[in-house]
Amino acid sequence: MSRKTKKILTDIILYTVLIGITIFMMLPFLWMLSTSFKLPEDIFGYPPRFIPDNPVLDNYIYVIFEKNVLVNLKNTVVIATIGTALSLFFTTLGGYGFAKFNFPGKKPLFLMLLATMVIPGAVMLVPSFIIMRNFGWVDTIWPLVIPGAASAFGIFFFRQYISTISDELLDAARIDGAGEFRIYWNIVVPIIAPGMVSLGLIFFMASWNNFQGPLIYLKSAEKWVMTQAIRSMQGSAGFTAWGEYMAMSVISLIPLLIIFLLFQRRIVEGITAGAIKG
Amino acid sequence: MAQAQGVLQRQGTRGSSPSFWIQIKKSRWAYLFISPFYILFAIFQLIPLVLSLWMSFTRWKGVGPMKFEGLINFSLIPHDKLFWQSMLNGVIIFIMYVPLLLFMALVLAVILSSGRVKGYKFFRTIIFLPFITNMVAAGFTFQILLEQNSGLVNQALGYLGLPGVPWLENIWWARVSLCLLIIWAWLGYDMVIMLAGLQTIPHDYTEAALVDGASPIQAFFHITIPLMRPVILFLLITSTIGTFALFTEVYILTNQGGPISATLTPMLRIYKVAFDSFQFGYAAALSYTYFALIFVLAIFQFSFNRENM
Repeated sequence: MSRKTKKILTDIILYTVLIGITIFMMLPFLWMLSTSFKLPEDIFGYPPRFIPDNPVLDNYIYVIFEKNVLVNLKNTVVIATIGTALSLFFTTLGGYGFAKFNFPGKKPLFLMLLATMVIPGAVMLVPSFIIMRNFGWVDTIWPLVIPGAASAFGIFFFRQYISTISDELLDAARIDGAGEFRIYWNIVVPIIAPGMVSLGLIFFMASWNNFQGPLIYLKSAEKWVMTQAIRSMQGSAGFTAWGEYMAMSVISLIPLLIIFLLFQRRIVEGITAGAIKG
Repeated sequence: MAQAQGVLQRQGTRGSSPSFWIQIKKSRWAYLFISPFYILFAIFQLIPLVLSLWMSFTRWKGVGPMKFEGLINFSLIPHDKLFWQSMLNGVIIFIMYVPLLLFMALVLAVILSSGRVKGYKFFRTIIFLPFITNMVAAGFTFQILLEQNSGLVNQALGYLGLPGVPWLENIWWARVSLCLLIIWAWLGYDMVIMLAGLQTIPHDYTEAALVDGASPIQAFFHITIPLMRPVILFLLITSTIGTFALFTEVYILTNQGGPISATLTPMLRIYKVAFDSFQFGYAAALSYTYFALIFVLAIFQFSFNRENM
């Protein structure tokens, strides 16, 4: 086999693999979108149609006007935003404390922080619920935003990030008489802003897509988030509400999709920084 | 640079620390900055863990007084078929998808970083896209695609003259379907981690091997995989924990761990005992048993991998 035919053959194999994977990855999205515009009788129609013969907006009209999906969307945005803001504040502060100060007990405290990361979530399921119930926090957003607000992972991430800031800069501010919190707020935060975008997006995404937490803590329907609302769809008699499920799903996806396409590089940075440096 | 500063700082504190308490007082800002983590940890993890240990010795339905029962909960666990089934499912599902997922992720990462294909960014974006999707939406979409009688996948198989597959009705096919969903959702994440890992390994080795006449496939198995060991290990460990803790995937796609508990995971089992049957004491005992088992498994996996380093 000549070099050239070998190269062409390799290219064919590589692109076949990549195109196959692309189809596998895109198919669920396309089918979700397609199904969301179908009438119940067309969803499992024969032959299958990607572009429905008779596309309808019924599913969207139903979930928006009958099911108040916009309320669920608002709840999701509120929880994800508050959770992200709190997390960013406490994890950057903690990261700054560990990166730029020396204090008695620093090492054991940091090791303890890392060790908490191995506690599996399943162990916390029941006792967390009991605590939240004693606080009267069931059916409020607090169980979904407070316990994770100073995550060990976030503090670890920002400790790495902040340790690259030069000490001279901080000392100069100290000599000028700036207080420690002001140094954090006016000097550290602006420098680490790109990292905050990366990790903030990951916090936001995790909160947006959370299902188990809301399932346990948000009881009344008007407080539900998107993931819960999708699951709780009821179809008209005799039908599983597939079209409505898919319309809800599309609505739940669009905001994250926009954010992802705008900030893809930052999201990827946030994910890899934690894994590779750690 | 950072190290030099560390030395300076240490010298600074050593020179000006007449007593321990003065040093503590001097560091009050640092303690204040790191305190939120420890406060939240104490309230939302430490106290609950202790409480849950106490609960595991009681019979408690979530209301009324806790009734101390000694070790009764723990004595029931060896006979809890569903719990052991869920642990076994975790192992089975792990074996079914993790090696395949990691292999696919590494191959794709190598292909995309080789510079041989155009559209690197396009493919990376597409492959990563499922990672941002919530598993409720994805689970229902997979249910529609895999519907037995007239789902798209079985209709496509029909076109090819193949019989339809009971994707979600048969215990083994249901596990396959679950693995498909997991691979779909996590391939992009694992690939991105592998891509970052590939950037940290020197290119010279692979190039030298290729110049010496090794085929790209040989280079992949004998050079890339050994050099990528730490990254693979990281993904392996996170996937182990992740598999036993699968929740939304099996709650939605296989309708809470079905068929006949073939996709029940420990996480889902504990959830059901607590929030469907309200046996909080027993759920706490299960949690601790699960914790112990996972801990042993992690140590085993870690030492096994270190031996093979």
